[in-house]
Amino acid sequence: MSEPTQPGPLFTVGSSPLRKEGVAKVMGQAKYVDDITLPDMWFGATVRSTIARGRIVSITFDPAIPWHEFTIVTAADIPGENTIVHLTKDHLCLAETHVNHPNEPILLLAHPDRAVLPAAVAGVQITYEELPGVFTIEESEAPDAPAIWEPAPEDALHSQEKNVFKTYLMESGEAASLETIFANAAYIVEGEYRTGAQEQLYIENNGVIAEAFRAEDGSLESVKVQGAMQCPYYLVHALELVFKLPEEKCRVIQTETGGAFGGKEDFPSVIGSHAALLALKSGHPVKICYDRAEDMAGTTKRHPSRSRHRTAVSKDGKILGGEIDFALDGGAYVTLTPVVLSRGTIHAPGPYHWPALRVRAKAMATNLPPHGAFRGFGAPQSIFGTERHMDKIARVVGITPEEMRRRNLLAVGDRTATGQIIHDTVDMQQMLTRALTESGYHAKREEFARTNPTSTIKRGVGFATFLHGAGFTGSGERRLNSLVKMIVDAKTGNPHILVSSTEFGQGTNTILCQVAAEVLGIPYDEVFITQPDTKIVPNSGPTVASRTAMIVGKLVEQTAIKILAALQPYGYEIGNTFEQFKKAAIAYGIEHGDVNVEARYQSPGDIFWDDEAYRGEAYPAYAWAVYVAEVAVDTSTYSATCTDFYALQEVGKVLHPVLAKGQIEGGVAQGIGYALYEKCVWQRGHMANNQMTNYIMPTSADLPPLHVAFEEIPSIHGPFGAKGIGELPMDGPAPAILNAIEAATGIAFTEVPLLPEDIFERMTANGNTGGSEDLNPSIDRDTRVESVA
Amino acid sequence: MTTITFTVNNESRTIEAPPMKRLLDVLREDLHLTGAKEGCGEGECGSCSVLMNGELVNSCLVSALQAEGAAITTIEGIAVGQKLHPIQQCFLEKGGAQCGICTPGMILATHHLLEKYPQPTLLQIQEGLAGNLCRCTGYTRIFDAVQAAANQPGKP
Ligand code: FES
Ligand code: FES
Repeated sequence: MSEPTQPGPLFTVGSSPLRKEGVAKVMGQAKYVDDITLPDMWFGATVRSTIARGRIVSITFDPAIPWHEFTIVTAADIPGENTIVHLTKDHLCLAETHVNHPNEPILLLAHPDRAVLPAAVAGVQITYEELPGVFTIEESEAPDAPAIWEPAPEDALHSQEKNVFKTYLMESGEAASLETIFANAAYIVEGEYRTGAQEQLYIENNGVIAEAFRAEDGSLESVKVQGAMQCPYYLVHALELVFKLPEEKCRVIQTETGGAFGGKEDFPSVIGSHAALLALKSGHPVKICYDRAEDMAGTTKRHPSRSRHRTAVSKDGKILGGEIDFALDGGAYVTLTPVVLSRGTIHAPGPYHWPALRVRAKAMATNLPPHGAFRGFGAPQSIFGTERHMDKIARVVGITPEEMRRRNLLAVGDRTATGQIIHDTVDMQQMLTRALTESGYHAKREEFARTNPTSTIKRGVGFATFLHGAGFTGSGERRLNSLVKMIVDAKTGNPHILVSSTEFGQGTNTILCQVAAEVLGIPYDEVFITQPDTKIVPNSGPTVASRTAMIVGKLVEQTAIKILAALQPYGYEIGNTFEQFKKAAIAYGIEHGDVNVEARYQSPGDIFWDDEAYRGEAYPAYAWAVYVAEVAVDTSTYSATCTDFYALQEVGKVLHPVLAKGQIEGGVAQGIGYALYEKCVWQRGHMANNQMTNYIMPTSADLPPLHVAFEEIPSIHGPFGAKGIGELPMDGPAPAILNAIEAATGIAFTEVPLLPEDIFERMTANGNTGGSEDLNPSIDRDTRVESVA
Repeated sequence: MTTITFTVNNESRTIEAPPMKRLLDVLREDLHLTGAKEGCGEGECGSCSVLMNGELVNSCLVSALQAEGAAITTIEGIAVGQKLHPIQQCFLEKGGAQCGICTPGMILATHHLLEKYPQPTLLQIQEGLAGNLCRCTGYTRIFDAVQAAANQPGKP
């Protein structure tokens, strides 16, 4: 199915036409869910648990509130199964007998007046018999920890260990001989690295409007939900179970979505099911739009992580073998955690050659709200550990961080840790040279070495080298079995792309139309994309995992090729005008109606992935990158600032340079926030700083100049050679910044986020404290460094 | 309920509302001007920004009562009919809008900034927009858009 893309110069791919929905957005006319009002619409609210874990003893209603005006929904009102299905059914739609995390939904309320809902929510009193909870990876894995997660025995997806959601073991090379390798290595370098939870902080909170329709006999006929989301078909599948309805009776429409970043991947299944339950019982359309505090306290975040490295290294800094223990805090329910853990596991080795490697990964249950998808999906966590550890190895061996990378980087023809041969002709050595040169890395190192000793402001540069897989794993894409349709209107001649892939700022609408226009040889302005509505669009898979440009884009290309073939007999050729295209479409239409074609994903023949052994082609293609950060650490205020940032990446063909740069800049900004600003403060599983006033994301005054550069090596897997781009920029900033801070201060911080209070604690403490380690390995207490050579 | 009379996008409007109703809700619910968005409801994000007597305000922090007699400009009052204002055009061309939820507020903040500094320095732009959060862009394309708008004829 992968016909080569047409030769010759490209006319729209690679240029930057205006964003398809851009005019509506700059005029303030784009309709987000909270901008939509339906006739007789009511508003919904959620009553949530106030404790982390316990048994529900009683629910009472404040008699001062006129409850007869409200619709009240409990688990007993669910017509189907009480579950929000993701990978398993452990996640309840509404708690029944027990709660497992703070802010767990227990009861739903609806009322025609939005303003009365907060008082009504407060008027529902719930008493509990509290049970002991666990709130960190360590508490969860402690031998005497309470078992908060009892695995369902029939469910093969899960580990059978107490509090463990999922484990992976990934071994490669001479993993069986690791003990011998360690015994003979010149150095053994150990380190532990941690990352915190991170809030997606899309500026539009989660929100939906639901309707339920009854048949003449009063029975439930269908449900319809519209709202902010990434994956309309995920919500369809959730509704099928909650309402015991067939797929075609659960209609989901994505409205304009004000940012998502993973935070609207799995969560809309929860809020969408809730609103639909209220709609069914009240007989009205029901809108639920969270306010910021509820959204931050009640919805998913990035998984906190811990990476432990133990690496055998030769005298000259070559990696001989390693062990990586990677752990995630999954929160109270499985949701998407096994997939996040998988991506974190596969990315843990980084872009390096490991002659022997064993990665042990596990996700632990805690009594926090379930952690979920966030741009990067496990990779930023494990890459943070690996890239900090590479700098540590360099320090122990006594070579520069650059030399350390150069001696270990993968090259074309090498095998990754999963055994995948690198076919892309990417040259990471050359990319490293380019990045360090263009960012002025060497000159800055020299300059700061001169100026730092006499300054209270310590400056430094650091970098990270990394890769990011595009799309689902090989087997994942096969399971998704994505379908794309294209229809050419036989009256207007305009092609319409039909996909469930959603636009939430990243540019889906624009790049898919560019691909179609390019193949069809007609102007970009003549191609349209249909707003995702599951009644109309086929399931082209979820809009996640950096898969839209590469996987869905390729299918769009294939549908366009089929359109060309259909119109050729009616006189249309590449090189003709749109008028001729339209004429051919009309002529076709007289005989057959609209041109209506589809293309289904077919796994490329050379992509094999073994889910059991964790071997093979993990992803069809990778994006490669070198990010360089410059920092200034003020030793009088203990604040660290990123003062300059340079990002070089190889992402295949860049379809739309303005959008692509915007993706990288936005991701880097989130990465800088992850490193230096954004801290979730947990109090017994409750996010205590669930407001924008005290959860701080970067403002326009906080960010350094962001320099973005691309290398473009066309990939055979994407349209016109494009690969994925969306998640990559989240991976590099945090380790690059902490590497720079170590260069500036000599202190090896090992944990993000790194806020001034953490720097203060370390700089004023005697000896070692959490979150950092001493520079001199010989006095390093957390880390065993042996020289046996 | 109080009667509030004020000017919105050059039109005189009179509404009945509880005196402490937020201007943001008055605009969105009573006047169906949904361009101003609620991102936080506490004055932190700027997505509810409007111009009130020429000043940039967070409409989530302004009560209906305070708006009595004021002249309000929302994003809906920026374009001339269907023709984009130069600031809007520059946001569109430079990639200053991604998901678009912060965009109405950003455009009004830019409008205000360019009245104050017709040729702003980068620092003035960074500080002038610091009350408007954008999670998508990393701000760089927004700075480009503001600079391009500053060099347009027909800006404010
Ligand atoms: S909603 Fe008004 S400042 Fe955020
Ligand atoms: S464009 Fe999405 S928040 Fe600014």
